[in-house]
Amino acid sequence: MTIKEAPVTRVVIVGNGMAGSRLVQELRARDPQRHLHITVIGAEPDPAYNRILLSSVLAGSLTAADVEMVSPSWYASEGVDLRLGVAVEHVDRVRQRVLTTAGEHIGYDRLVLATGSRAWVPPIEGLVDELGGGGLGPDVAVFRTLRDCRDILGRLSGVRRAVVLGGGLLGVEAARGLAGRGIEVEIVHPLDRLMERQLDKEASQVLMSTLRPLGVRVRLGAHARAYDEVAGQRVLVLDDGVRVAADVLVVACGVRPDVGLAREAKLAVEQAIVVDDQLASVSDPRIHAIGECAQHAGKVYGLVAPAWEQAVVLAEVITGGKTAYRGSPVVTRLKAADVDLAAMGEVNADADGARGVEVLRFADPARGRYQKIVIRNNRVAGAIMLGGAETVGTVTELFDRSGPVPADPRSLIFPVAGTPATADPARMSDDELVCRCNTVSAGNIRQVCADGAGTVADVALCTRATTGCGGCRDVVSALVDAASCTPSPPRHGAQDARRRAAARVEVPA
Amino acid sequence: MIMGEWGAHQAEVITVHGIYRPRNTTDVVEKPAAHTIATMAPVRTHCAYCALQCAMTLTRAAATPNGSTSLQVSPLDFPTNRGGLCQKGWTAADLLDSPHRLTTPLVRNSRAEPFEPVSWDTALDVVVRGIRSIQSQHGDDAVAVFGGGGLTNEKAYQLGKFARTVLRTKNIDYNGRYCMSSAAAASNRAFGIDRGLPFPLPDLAQTGAVLVMGGNMAETMPPFMQHLAAVRARGGDVVVVDPRRTSTAEQATLHLQPRPGTDLALALGLLHVAFSDGHLDRPYLAERTRGFDEVWRIAAQWWPGRVERETGVPVADLQAAIRAIARGRSGRGAVILTARGVEQHSKGTDTVTALINLSLALGLPGRRHSGFGCVTGQGNGQGGREHGQKADQLPGYRRIDDPAAREHVAAVWGVDPADLPGPGPSAYELLDSLGTAGGPRALLVHGSNLVVSSPRGGRVSERLANLDLLVVCDPFLSETAAQADVVLPVTQWAEEDGTMTNLEGRVIRRRRATDPPEGVRSELDVLTDVAERLGHHGRFSAEPQMVFDELRRASAGGVADYAGITWERIDREGGVFWPCPSEDVPGTARLFADGFPTPDGRAAMVAVDHRPVVEDVDPEYPVYLTTGRNLQHYQSGTQTGRVPALAAALGEPYVEIHPDLAARHDLDDGVRVRVVSRRGAAVGRVRLVTSIRWDTVFMPFHWGGEQAVNQVTNPALDPVSRMPEFKVCAVRLEPVR
Repeated sequence: MTIKEAPVTRVVIVGNGMAGSRLVQELRARDPQRHLHITVIGAEPDPAYNRILLSSVLAGSLTAADVEMVSPSWYASEGVDLRLGVAVEHVDRVRQRVLTTAGEHIGYDRLVLATGSRAWVPPIEGLVDELGGGGLGPDVAVFRTLRDCRDILGRLSGVRRAVVLGGGLLGVEAARGLAGRGIEVEIVHPLDRLMERQLDKEASQVLMSTLRPLGVRVRLGAHARAYDEVAGQRVLVLDDGVRVAADVLVVACGVRPDVGLAREAKLAVEQAIVVDDQLASVSDPRIHAIGECAQHAGKVYGLVAPAWEQAVVLAEVITGGKTAYRGSPVVTRLKAADVDLAAMGEVNADADGARGVEVLRFADPARGRYQKIVIRNNRVAGAIMLGGAETVGTVTELFDRSGPVPADPRSLIFPVAGTPATADPARMSDDELVCRCNTVSAGNIRQVCADGAGTVADVALCTRATTGCGGCRDVVSALVDAASCTPSPPRHGAQDARRRAAARVEVPA
Repeated sequence: MIMGEWGAHQAEVITVHGIYRPRNTTDVVEKPAAHTIATMAPVRTHCAYCALQCAMTLTRAAATPNGSTSLQVSPLDFPTNRGGLCQKGWTAADLLDSPHRLTTPLVRNSRAEPFEPVSWDTALDVVVRGIRSIQSQHGDDAVAVFGGGGLTNEKAYQLGKFARTVLRTKNIDYNGRYCMSSAAAASNRAFGIDRGLPFPLPDLAQTGAVLVMGGNMAETMPPFMQHLAAVRARGGDVVVVDPRRTSTAEQATLHLQPRPGTDLALALGLLHVAFSDGHLDRPYLAERTRGFDEVWRIAAQWWPGRVERETGVPVADLQAAIRAIARGRSGRGAVILTARGVEQHSKGTDTVTALINLSLALGLPGRRHSGFGCVTGQGNGQGGREHGQKADQLPGYRRIDDPAAREHVAAVWGVDPADLPGPGPSAYELLDSLGTAGGPRALLVHGSNLVVSSPRGGRVSERLANLDLLVVCDPFLSETAAQADVVLPVTQWAEEDGTMTNLEGRVIRRRRATDPPEGVRSELDVLTDVAERLGHHGRFSAEPQMVFDELRRASAGGVADYAGITWERIDREGGVFWPCPSEDVPGTARLFADGFPTPDGRAAMVAVDHRPVVEDVDPEYPVYLTTGRNLQHYQSGTQTGRVPALAAALGEPYVEIHPDLAARHDLDDGVRVRVVSRRGAAVGRVRLVTSIRWDTVFMPFHWGGEQAVNQVTNPALDPVSRMPEFKVCAVRLEPVR
């Protein structure tokens, strides 16, 4: 392992986002002796922040300061060399060093590319400010970084209507966030459903009707042609000529892995940097990639959970552990107030008994509920849980852990009610416990009533029922009432009943 | 308000026990318990078992036709139990004349031989010779002491003093390590003090919302439920977090059912939701705490969706839980309680810390009808952790490595501070080292059945077998006593005077209601005698009140200050809350109103992060095991297993299994199943329930031998509290054919 070969291993991490900042913490946790000399190079000027929470910042439930993930002082105290606002321009694989935009060469034994991805801006007229040097046009923002988020927030004063271009996960979160600030929002999406990677058509419809009362309209199958100004009003012009008023346009059309550096270094790149089970580039074992810029087993993950799992595996690999990354199950959880949506795995499969595929579905659009579970070979292969399904935790666990589905799969759709307390105490079976605190069954109580106990107090004296927490008083009372309505043997005195009850409680050794 | 409730309960007294039966043939001594009638007047005391310490009277009944004279139990209205008693309490007196009672010392020359009844003189001679010989050959630390959280304050104190000044061994710890250590460690580092509940229990009924994390009071201390029922009756919320839908959870307004071992993630998620939903008490955080920024940095990374995936608890339920607590707080108040469910883990201290952080972020501690508390388990689990039977501790909750503390206590004990040993290893580490090279060669056990209550019991049993001398003080021949060289029969409960400190930190009186059987001596008496025989004349007393008065001096100025508490005051006031530094001031019923006993007066928020269970499930051991208690039994069952009514109600352990999991293992309701881990196996009867998760089984730990689930549990320790991971490990299920 590397640590044994040299007293110090130089690790250079390019990217200080979700993946990079996690990796550096996981590395230090495994390296108390500080055999690793770690340099982190982050292009964004902000300290590592939690991208997952940006929709909350947009919605106003958190501030920018609240989403800072690792304090700059942590790097100093852990002896990590942190360079913010600096990018890497070039990777020299032969000399094992990188050249930064600050003109500095930094040598590495292990180079980790955690450069993430960039927001993709579609080639639509008016989105890019051609004259102004290729930046975004006026009143146009992407929603990707903390800076983007601040930028959007900075433009909101006086804004009445906003359009979010793109109805994927991020677009829906952005739209909900803006609507929460009292802005009328419209999502313009070219496909026939929202979140097409996670939802089927029916789920999309339920989601749309959930969003509507929250102030978000959705226009599907709508292709934008230009962002323009008509009579002093900013409008998004669609293919069919429809104009959608948009004081601000938020572009959420997806992301593209940031792989320029890897390409330039001649690493194998397909959709993203191709890595093996040790998360090393297939072209150079000293260079790793994790997060959204990595492609493992043909998959590029766009969510944080896989990136963090990769960070943990890579930290093990770099510190000499024997481990391998085997891919991650993907669960998408929408972060939007008053919209409860989780989606996972394959959701568009059709039932096929011969192949062991079952599809369970429950739809109640009027109440915003839609649940669909795809079962393959007795395992949850995919699910959509929309509208606050009580079973979402269980379904997610079964999906994540490949657990067998319940014998009665209805319990994946509807919560299993607790063992109902028998509604009518008169119909309780004799062996049903009434007083847990003193192990007294309905039969015990009926017996002492038959022997002459006529009140709750009598029953308490004879059996001790109700004398612990007192929670069974009502049931005991009902049993006493029921007993007094039924013909009983001749009444004994209470004293006699007590004696009999006492004798019954006694147990031979 | 307390005194007025200290009156007789109106219920009449019932006698259901008391018939003397001949001992069975395996018992060593064939001699009936010859009780003399101490008094005919009702004696006010508290129950023999848990930390709720229900108040009761014991009354000598007239002799029944068969000649038995037993004590009658009658509940008293006390602030904690409000006149309630569970089946354990009602039958507590049955133990007094149990035919299984030991009434003479037992000694044997080797473990292969049977015990011989001997005189006390002979037995103590064996003990003293053994101690002398082992210490002269192997040094002072070669003799170790193991105490218990059921011992009175006086006994716990005397035991610590005996270990430190007579044996001069650092090796002393106790079974409270398995009970309250995580809660204690977390409370100390946050609040600078560890009193389970910082307010009287009746305050709970006044609050608007209670969050119970990993507690099942409906089974463990049933009369406690009255206080939760009162919260609900006034429209308040009770939120229970437990991997099982327990009888406590069934009485909740909201139940969260996380995967075992994920409570810390859940706690961080609750803080996250509280923050982003705008429920933090910012002025409180600014004025009364420190460290929130780092705490939030970690909680920020536990957004609800991530927590849902880690714990299995739906996002909506996390939000509902926080809404309930916030609603309670803005009304009458809100309380967060923890118990063993979240504490008995290798990360128990951090989980409690995360919940303390949540309570501080919401501004609860020190606020009216609000706060954070840990529900103590053992009878004297509170007092037992304050007065010096813990490895790192001296009386008054002082640290043994604090020079000022050593000086104070040494002066009370009349010894040189330099002669006091330093901190020793924790319970499991101590037991694990017995009979090993450099480890202790002798062990004295008081108030503990450690073979049954320790994790990986097989290993512990093996270590005991390697000792040169094992001495066990117990009223019964427990599984641990059965392995001993010397067994000393000691008094129990209603046969002795003393004090206990209940779950509220209220010091109460245990009163003698009957004479012990002839041949039985109190542990105070035994320790005094052994000390005398080892040359420590006049330094120990067998009189509990004298011991208590010395304890008061030793605790004076400490965190748990008992200096102002006297037996007379307890009698007069119906109990006194510590700290109570002087006889002129009232006890402290409520803590933190004006500040925290930390150096800067602020509560310390310690940043903690979630981590996985030590032993996760895998294809070989695919099921989680969690353990706990059952209503009819207490601890290792040494006492309750010998009460006929309790043994009849539940005579063997059961294994709760979800029907789906059982079907995959071809297990029917009622059949026997073996629960197997990498460390051992235990057998119980299948109980099919839908109240447990699909991936988890539950087994209570009140039995020994092949029924002991602690043969299976994992001794992985918490790095701070040294608490073992009792509450989760990986097992497989095998049918017993």
